[in-house]
Amino acid sequence: MIDKRKIQEINAGSMADISFLLLIFFLVATTMNVDTGIQRVLPPMPDESQKQAPMDIKKRNLMLVFVSKFDHIMAGGEAIDISQLKEKAKTFILNASNDEDLPEKEIVKIDIIGDYPVSKGVISLQNDRGTSYNMYIMVQNELTRAFNEVRDEVAQAKFGKKFTELDEDQRKAIQKAVPLKISEAEPRNIEGGE
Amino acid sequence: MREQEVLVKFTLPSATEVQKLEKKSLVSYIQIGQPSTKALVAKWGTAPRIQLNDSYKTTQDILEFVASERDKLSESDRAQMTICIKADAMTRMGIITDVKQELRRANALKVSYAAAKTLGYE
Repeated sequence: MIDKRKIQEINAGSMADISFLLLIFFLVATTMNVDTGIQRVLPPMPDESQKQAPMDIKKRNLMLVFVSKFDHIMAGGEAIDISQLKEKAKTFILNASNDEDLPEKEIVKIDIIGDYPVSKGVISLQNDRGTSYNMYIMVQNELTRAFNEVRDEVAQAKFGKKFTELDEDQRKAIQKAVPLKISEAEPRNIEGGE
Repeated sequence: MREQEVLVKFTLPSATEVQKLEKKSLVSYIQIGQPSTKALVAKWGTAPRIQLNDSYKTTQDILEFVASERDKLSESDRAQMTICIKADAMTRMGIITDVKQELRRANALKVSYAAAKTLGYE
């Protein structure tokens, strides 16, 4: 007897649908979460063998930002709200009117830009052990924002572009002109938190 | 792409001036927050804990943790190592200051305070 049966072909019509379904499933199910954060460089631990000489900074060159355990902010000797902090930091960094009470400037020769009066101002950030992390980040954020805006302004004046649009060398020059000077004091228990 | 089990719960604070963490291989994580599940709370209480790798640790362990993480990297990458601190927004600064001091002692100076990007407060 001759076998009349033919090998049946597999119906592959729905193959494309199945693969698309799989593709879409994996697209949706995969998370590629990118971590974002405020980046900082901590100061190195002072050598224990050698005594740390207290740094000499003129009063006009220092802005003290203190965050209490009740999340109140004091900057430059007065209690302020978080929304005022950025402007205060900006006027401190810029010192556009060369005020006697605001930081001194030092003429520094920088590549590309040339001579530029670099502010000697340092923002000193202090917090209590009881300060909430949220507030700390908000303050750090406002200070970073102040520096970024100043950098943007300088970049606009020198190169006619925003800081983020500059190329590597130009960016380095601006970073030298407006250094990110936020000092975090050695921790101490001021109001006796937990 | 697989991430370690998170034993603490945190809602990250939000900020506008955040930068992306490039090169995941250079990043080590320190998580700080309350124990996440009921069973863990029963065992450990609700005080904030520090999680390194996949268990609770104390600040004393950070030195060792940083050393082992640094060993995983190649010689040339070691200077680029970043520690990402993921802490709950409600944490008090005391514990974070302790962690920061330990990191300074361990000479891991590049840190990133994890925060979600927002366009502004209010």
